[in-house]
Amino acid sequence: MIPGMAAIRYEAPATVADAVNLIQADPAARILAGGTDLLVQFRAGVRQPTAFVDVKRIPDLVDIAMDAGGLRLGAAACAAAIGEQAHVRRLWPGLAEAVHLIGSTQIQGRGTVGGNVCNASPAADTTCALIVNRAMCLIAGPSGERRVPVESFVTGPGRTVLAPGELLVALWIPRPAPRTADAYLRLIPRSEMDIAVAGAAVSVTLDPAGTCTAARVAIGAVAPTALLVPAAARALVGTTLDESALRAAADAAGAAARPIDDKRGTAAYRRTVVGVLTRRAAKIAAARAENRR
Amino acid sequence: MKLHINTTINGEPAEFLCDGHETLVSALRNTLGLTGTKEGCSTGDCGACSVLLDGRLVPSCLVLAPEAHGRSITTIEGIASGDTLHPLQRVFLEDAALQCGVCTPGFIIAAKALLDANPNPTEAQARFWLAGNLCRCTGYDKIIRAVLDTAATMNEAAAV
Repeated sequence: MIPGMAAIRYEAPATVADAVNLIQADPAARILAGGTDLLVQFRAGVRQPTAFVDVKRIPDLVDIAMDAGGLRLGAAACAAAIGEQAHVRRLWPGLAEAVHLIGSTQIQGRGTVGGNVCNASPAADTTCALIVNRAMCLIAGPSGERRVPVESFVTGPGRTVLAPGELLVALWIPRPAPRTADAYLRLIPRSEMDIAVAGAAVSVTLDPAGTCTAARVAIGAVAPTALLVPAAARALVGTTLDESALRAAADAAGAAARPIDDKRGTAAYRRTVVGVLTRRAAKIAAARAENRR
Repeated sequence: MKLHINTTINGEPAEFLCDGHETLVSALRNTLGLTGTKEGCSTGDCGACSVLLDGRLVPSCLVLAPEAHGRSITTIEGIASGDTLHPLQRVFLEDAALQCGVCTPGFIIAAKALLDANPNPTEAQARFWLAGNLCRCTGYDKIIRAVLDTAATMNEAAAV
């Protein structure tokens, strides 16, 4: 402990209501899920909370449950636990890919999908995959519960729709239709342990003849938030995902991007690469959808 | 006010006092004297502080010490059985898979988690699994070879 620093409380509520009460009573308390962002920010002096509210003792926040309607991911379920679920890998292979790209094995043992979304990095790996799979954020707060589509949850770098006293409880993902599959790709200059220069997720639904009947495209690390790109999805629907359709989707993704120049890449490079990733992810998703009854 | 934590470390009940914001690696090393676990970067990037928390591989610099309450922790001190080294420890020595040794406890813990989950990993699987463990001495090749050699040895022993 740094001499002279005030002691910071550690709280481990057992229920969502207790967690809401704690953060409502103390606006400077911070929710602790995996800690892979919060504790690093704390050690760097970027955040000085009055309390860490560890939500991993709340069953609703750590449970992963599948029913006929879809998948409920507790917001504090760690990435490794999600990736270990056979039905996640089968029904949402792109989400499983995204989860498996977060940091290292160690980080995946701590970091959570809920934390990835709440940390609101423009380059968060899971956000694009959640968007194309129509994930909903289940939020609890002093005035009850509400649901927000994940593409509307993040409002800017480090910013979300969470109001004081509100907590992300879970992500809910509807079961995909038959012959539907997703894929997520990101570009990093190394082979692992890096932050995306650009990322793209695609989900497609094919009819038995191979025509795309529904699609979702989301791009990451090329704007202040991950973006749902309806124009790219429109370029795919009604086609057999032929070269011209893939090129049109890539162009639409590049056009929707609002990238910046930084140490990871120039804006122009990102705009091009996000199109390439969109096109490749669409092809992978289509090949998977063919094989998913 | 200090928090009183009851936990299980390497199969034995343990208790300690800590501050609310103290890290698990600090409690292990400074309070409990378990200095086998090393602290490298303190930001979850280097893997030196790897431990198993309820069987799951985690960086103990990004775990708060009070989180250990009621949970079970395995550190490098719990890997050998008495005076008998774990096969990973023995093969790391035989294959000279270490130089300065600071990263070694983390590599052994992470490799044990790998072999527990996947007793017969490919080289690529081992390299990706261990990507979060940094070594500035060996160039990794001997470490990866030691992990794969250990897997082969353990599988042979299991087959007999």
